[in-house]
Amino acid sequence: MQVHRVSRQYVIRKLLIMIPSLLGISIVLFSLLAMAPGDPFDELATNPAVPPEVRAALRAKFGLDDPVWMRYWHWLIALLQGDWGFSFVSRMDVSTLIMQRLPVTLVVIGASQILAIAVAIPVGVLAATRPYSLFDQIANTFAFIGFSLPTFFTGLVLILVFSIQLDWLPFVYRADISATGWEFYWEHIKQSIMPVTVLGLFQGAALVRFVRSSVLDVIRLDYVTTARSKGIGERKVITRHVVRNALIPVVTLVALQMPIVFSGAVVTEQIFRVPGIGSLLITSMLSNDTPVVMGVTFVSACLVVIFNLIADILYGWLDPRIAYR
Amino acid sequence: MKERELRGLIGKVKAGKLSRRGFVQAMMAVGIGAPAAGQILLSSGVAMAQPASTYKPTKRGGGGPLKLLWWQGPTLLNPHFAVGTKDQDGSRLFYEPLAAWDPEGNLKPKLAAEIPTKENGGLSADGMSVTWKLKQGVTWHDGKPFTADDVVFNWEYAKDPATAAYTIASYQDVMVEKVDQYTVRVKFKKATPFWADAFVGTRGMLIPKHLFADFIGAKSRDAPTNLKPVGTGPYMFKDFKPGDLVTGVMNPNYHQANKPYFDSVEMKGGGDAVSAARAVLQTGEFDFAWNLQVEDEILSRLEKGGKGRVSVTPGGNIEFFLMNTTDPWTEVDGERSSLKTKHPTLSDPEVRKAMALLVDNKSIQDHIYGRTGPATRNFLYGPPRFDSKNNPIEFNIDKANDILEKAGWKKGSDGIRAKDGKKLKFVYQTSINQPRQKTQAIIKQAAQKAGIDIELKSVTASVFFSSDVANPDTYTKFYSDLEMYTTTMGQPDPGTHMLQFVSWEAATKANKWQGRNITRWQSPEADKLYRETEVELDPVKRAALFIKMNDLAIQNQIVLGIVQRPTVSAMTAKLNARISGWDNNTSDLSDWFKDA
Repeated sequence: MQVHRVSRQYVIRKLLIMIPSLLGISIVLFSLLAMAPGDPFDELATNPAVPPEVRAALRAKFGLDDPVWMRYWHWLIALLQGDWGFSFVSRMDVSTLIMQRLPVTLVVIGASQILAIAVAIPVGVLAATRPYSLFDQIANTFAFIGFSLPTFFTGLVLILVFSIQLDWLPFVYRADISATGWEFYWEHIKQSIMPVTVLGLFQGAALVRFVRSSVLDVIRLDYVTTARSKGIGERKVITRHVVRNALIPVVTLVALQMPIVFSGAVVTEQIFRVPGIGSLLITSMLSNDTPVVMGVTFVSACLVVIFNLIADILYGWLDPRIAYR
Repeated sequence: MKERELRGLIGKVKAGKLSRRGFVQAMMAVGIGAPAAGQILLSSGVAMAQPASTYKPTKRGGGGPLKLLWWQGPTLLNPHFAVGTKDQDGSRLFYEPLAAWDPEGNLKPKLAAEIPTKENGGLSADGMSVTWKLKQGVTWHDGKPFTADDVVFNWEYAKDPATAAYTIASYQDVMVEKVDQYTVRVKFKKATPFWADAFVGTRGMLIPKHLFADFIGAKSRDAPTNLKPVGTGPYMFKDFKPGDLVTGVMNPNYHQANKPYFDSVEMKGGGDAVSAARAVLQTGEFDFAWNLQVEDEILSRLEKGGKGRVSVTPGGNIEFFLMNTTDPWTEVDGERSSLKTKHPTLSDPEVRKAMALLVDNKSIQDHIYGRTGPATRNFLYGPPRFDSKNNPIEFNIDKANDILEKAGWKKGSDGIRAKDGKKLKFVYQTSINQPRQKTQAIIKQAAQKAGIDIELKSVTASVFFSSDVANPDTYTKFYSDLEMYTTTMGQPDPGTHMLQFVSWEAATKANKWQGRNITRWQSPEADKLYRETEVELDPVKRAALFIKMNDLAIQNQIVLGIVQRPTVSAMTAKLNARISGWDNNTSDLSDWFKDA
């Protein structure tokens, strides 16, 4: 394909622009966290058995008494050397904490994204090719229900039905399954079914609407009529000519959603106790563990910026009419 | 029962004229429970009958996995850094102290060979030292022997301010010396009635010298063993993911015969309390769930399935009601509620008396807390030996009206009582938490009927309980007329707990509101009682002093107990686990087992 349309210059320029914007993001994040009330060693202050000197020593040890700009500078320098910082609460490297959580997040959230796409594309296309048919009506109704119901509600309903009433599935996710071989995979699948379904259907529901309207836009275009009049079979018209073009905006949308795969799904992770990045973020926020919060949010920010660029490039690659200069 | 009679009875037991059981029965007759009676005997030099062990398994292991669910997972596993209960509970899977506190508030030996008493020479007569005999033949998980050097090292480690151990307070004012390979002596600077602090319970867990010796002081955070515990406990460390999971396997060389029962242990974190209760009581996915701050009504419903039961363990935590003695609405030298002021209306003892009559503990228990909050008027109620019988719960709106009327507080056209142009209008603050808001509503309603107007205020917990000097809404600043929260009592000794009533602990700007006396009550009488408890070595007399101090605060309506906050946990039907309100949930883990 015509990759050359996206000029190398364009990519380099975009990459260069990323640097100041990431710096800006990091400054905003850092100062917001510095201004937020709360102190990681609060628990010490309210504990009668802990003399104030201990808290003072800890604050000094973790550099909390330095001015904000100096702390930011230290953080930035360390980051450039590949050091993500040191958790106040767990007393271990932030990168270790994130790496511990990443596999679970990738598997669970990744699987739910795949489920969302796998459901949304066929349903959306089918609904669009037969607009206002019974299938379309049903698909629309479910899509509306799907994205109107919050995940904490559907999650609880699933738990009530499948764990408590039927007793088929566990509702506490455990990253360490002691079983081996097939049982290991089976246990993992069993405990992933509910969180993946909840997340996948939630994201899929919105995607169905998007795919449907995108296909509807394309299906009315002249070139589709031309293709049909050439005598190409309906099936081929849809798959080769309609879907291919209709999916261009969908691809962009999916690419922009990818950073979510990293940052996890806070609510769903909390309900099913999935030890992902989302739950790490929320517990770190609650305990004012700023280095971890900073690490997770900054990685998310980087991913958003990068995937924006990827979406831009993909778009130009898929739709040659768009030229970048 | 008068003190002299009591001493007479104790004398008879000592002389063998009265059996232990006879003594306990005599005490029960006058309303002193068996545990309290046992404690009185112990502290009077009569050895305690160790409760018959209920541990049934006859061999080590074979119990399968033990699955624990903590809805906040442990985030670190060095007991000297473990500020949060979750972290202490997690560390306790692997580490042990010399002695642990049992549910009755008595000591149970762990790494000690015996509990020091005057009779076995462990306690010096002048209260200046305590000598611990260590259990011999104990090894760390890596096979190295546990000796007196390890104990002394823990003292050196924790007392160094640069280590920044949260346990420092238990160690910095004592001297610890090695007597021989298996004996250590803890020396105090002054006669110390409560000697069981260093090396005991939560803050007494011991870490191995050979792995931490290089990481004392400023280097403490770099010790690899911080994240991979090596202790003496019933389970050996396997894996740790902060906030998510701690796992361990049976220690095949554990120093108690036939223990532990389970082959492995896992402590899963995350989620919320209600679903944790569900996972134990309803689906049985887990064996034990911790700290269930859930309405009793929900717990009872979950319990109906019969898969598990709720266990309520009394401790000393108290949800209580505070009346400001200073004026929260006038600023003096940059602080409100300053010691230089007096509360404009609450300084009238009759107003306080009336206010106390409007707190309906019984309804609060019945309609809000249920089993998880038995009503009490006392601030100090546990262990039972400190529970005063002198403060009955009285709720009486008519009487409150009567008192106010007589004291000259007359109802105005708006129905609010006033005197000399000062109206009985109060701001009543607490943290955001559903039971607390319901309690506020009950008290407000009663007050309204007595012509007192209460404005309710609720503050986000993270702000209310923070030590943020810049925030006016923290509980220690107490910039309101009335307040309510739970204060915890970590040890069965009320020494720290009762600092709430001594003048020098008043929370002020000068101490950055870190003082323990939140109402800022200034009472020479309470101060004197507290000073006496600091030197009184006789446990019976000392308990009487604390009871008197509690009565003084309650009867002057400085604070009022609302409900006790016991530890609530859930366990599967077959699990046998004794939880102590005076120590970590997992303090007795070695003795947990399941019925076959």
